[in-house]
Amino acid sequence: MDFELTEEQRMFQETARQFAGKEIAPIAEKVDELAEFPRETIRKLGELGFMGVAVPQDYGGAGADSVCYALALEEVSRACASHGVIMSVNNSLYCDPLVKFGTQEQKRRLLVPVASGKHMGCFCLSEPNAGSDAANQETTARREEDCYVLNGSKNFITNGSEADYAIVFATVNKDLKHRGICAFVVERGTPGFAVAHLEKKLGIRGSSCAQLTFENCRVPAENLLAKEGEGFRIALATLDGGRIGIAAQAVGIARAALEASLDYAKQRVQFGKPIAANQAIQFMLADMAMEIDAARLLTLNAALLKDRGLRHTKESSMAKLYASEVAMRAGIKGVQIFGGYGYMMDYPAQRFMRDAKITEIYEGTSEVQRMVIANALLS
Amino acid sequence: MDFELTDAQRLIRDTVREFADKELAPLAAELDRLKRYPEKPLQRLAELGVLGMTMPPEYGGAGADTVSSCLALMEISRACASTGVTVSLHNTLTCEIIYRHGTEGQRRRYLPALCRGQILGAFSLTEPTSGSDAASLRTTAIRRGEHYFLNGTKLFVTNGSRAGAIILFASTDLSRGDKGITAFLVEPSFSGFRVGKREEKMGLRASDTAELVLENCQVPVENRIGEEGEGFKVALSSLVTGRAGIAAQAVGIAQACLVASVRYAKERRQFGQPIAEFQAIQWKLANMATEIEAARLLTLRAAAQKDRGLPCTMEASMAKLFASEAANRAAADAVQIHGGYGYIQDFPVERYMRDARVLTIYEGTSEIHRLIVARQLLSPSPLPSPHSWGEGKGEGPQGGPEEGMGAWCVRDGGDL
Repeated sequence: MDFELTEEQRMFQETARQFAGKEIAPIAEKVDELAEFPRETIRKLGELGFMGVAVPQDYGGAGADSVCYALALEEVSRACASHGVIMSVNNSLYCDPLVKFGTQEQKRRLLVPVASGKHMGCFCLSEPNAGSDAANQETTARREEDCYVLNGSKNFITNGSEADYAIVFATVNKDLKHRGICAFVVERGTPGFAVAHLEKKLGIRGSSCAQLTFENCRVPAENLLAKEGEGFRIALATLDGGRIGIAAQAVGIARAALEASLDYAKQRVQFGKPIAANQAIQFMLADMAMEIDAARLLTLNAALLKDRGLRHTKESSMAKLYASEVAMRAGIKGVQIFGGYGYMMDYPAQRFMRDAKITEIYEGTSEVQRMVIANALLS
Repeated sequence: MDFELTDAQRLIRDTVREFADKELAPLAAELDRLKRYPEKPLQRLAELGVLGMTMPPEYGGAGADTVSSCLALMEISRACASTGVTVSLHNTLTCEIIYRHGTEGQRRRYLPALCRGQILGAFSLTEPTSGSDAASLRTTAIRRGEHYFLNGTKLFVTNGSRAGAIILFASTDLSRGDKGITAFLVEPSFSGFRVGKREEKMGLRASDTAELVLENCQVPVENRIGEEGEGFKVALSSLVTGRAGIAAQAVGIAQACLVASVRYAKERRQFGQPIAEFQAIQWKLANMATEIEAARLLTLRAAAQKDRGLPCTMEASMAKLFASEAANRAAADAVQIHGGYGYIQDFPVERYMRDARVLTIYEGTSEIHRLIVARQLLSPSPLPSPHSWGEGKGEGPQGGPEEGMGAWCVRDGGDL
């Protein structure tokens, strides 16, 4: 049992920390305020290899492990959660399933451009009527000669308006329920594929969240991942990894809230002493720090299992569930410690709280994570 | 980074697990009900090499690391938390202190007997008016020739009436506060030593908790541990292993709660289906399992840091604080899942709940641990915090007011 980071892991963490501190943190407030997609810094993250951390170098990635990925993502999210989710979706939800389920040819064609950070990927599972109940896909795929024709609408797609490549889930036969679902890679510019609507959000405002529509969108059959009917299995396996990413993002947000609170509590003087001298404040800080460490350990535990090729469904859910709820609590405590200033947009505490909320919802709500964990315990 | 156990760690865990399941668990309810000291299980644990397991072989120990010690305590406590605390005190406080701070003569004299289970160890810091504020203890030690004469009353001493070797703290100079505290190795045969009241407890009823009365108790000078005035430092240094031990005990109790709850929820049928089918029950199980996993990782991280010789004051406090509170939540949920049966002694969960309750109190209350964590967070550089994960960590402040901390610095301590 060894809790020390390897040289490579330490290097990833350090590189991410430095880049995030220098380039991301200074623009985080503006990115949030203007709800502006941070193209330039995302491009630079790509150059650093952070858009395909765990993708083999042969396919344009950095060839590192999931631990490196989680550590880097924590650092990026600590500076700006919007950058964090953009990075997480690209890595976990687009690159990862291509690495695992793509053919050589698909990897060369569809993975390399995204893992290298030159282009962006997204993951289209949610629909207006398929949220937690993801198997209830209404988007259809009809085989026609060497194509599949897609019809339907996808909701809440992170990176949706920016992505050049989209993994899209659709059913070839609704009667088959989850066994009818397929996963396709759809390229931007394919006729019939359009961005219909951009959402305005409570937090992670620098990331894009789009509704995508498919109207008789003809996707070449060679863009089908694995086989017909395997889409749901691909989605679940992908989310096992994606949840590690969101857990890491949540740890980063929680840390940002704690660090800002620590600084503030030491400086803010009331009743003739820094508010940090009050046990009421100290206990909030201690709980935040303890929970952050617990959340990080759960996250790395899941990442280590993934790296060893072991089943990690339960552990990923535990990490995501716990870390997201920790981030939310830390966000709320952060605002409380800042008092009135915490409510003001001039201070970052409110942003951490707004950004934290989504981590309890996307890539499986807390309720879905508890279902996954309970199923594992009871099976 | 690798959270897999080594072969040696796995072997120790599996050995203790087998003993706990086969030999200890079947006795636990009766030991609790009769408040019977777990004499036989302790002897078996000595045979298995668990008593004093972290001591080097030359002193009779198994040379195991702190991670293994925690794994063993988890398994023992899963079956019987009373046996768990008895072993934890013996191993993580008495043996560790004698080995770390004792002279070669003291080690040779006591450690082999402690490792064989011939004598049991205890740790005696708390007094009637000195709990969390451990440095305010009033027991005095006055040197006359080749002996110290100790006077005072010690409270809540685990293993107190059973121990053959008691690490006991007294002040050789009350005017110097914590810098006047000195550690002694006291044997019950010393003149002037008497066991006072044996406490009746809510939980951990098979463990021994006693008051110790010292009336001119005559302790040879060679039984002083460290120098005069070094006692508080000795106490604090050992509390890291002690706290990891209690954290491990908490993980064990919580695990027992989860196992019992999963089994019961699958068997118990209401409204025509097992209650495990209800989300209200599933949620509790999922929360328990998640928190147990987090508690286990925090505990083993503190232990691993200790094994690498890294500072781990904050890590041990986080582990103890988190695990003890998680165990209490798990126990409360376990009783709730069992419904009326949870309140009845025929099922084990009421015992788990009683046993868990002390976890947030002894070896530093939750409040003390929050202060320790906060103090480390707020201390001037280097920041020994999670934020420097992967970087070199500085040793944080331990006890005593720190520069820049002013009046909100608290004292460490608080045992049972």
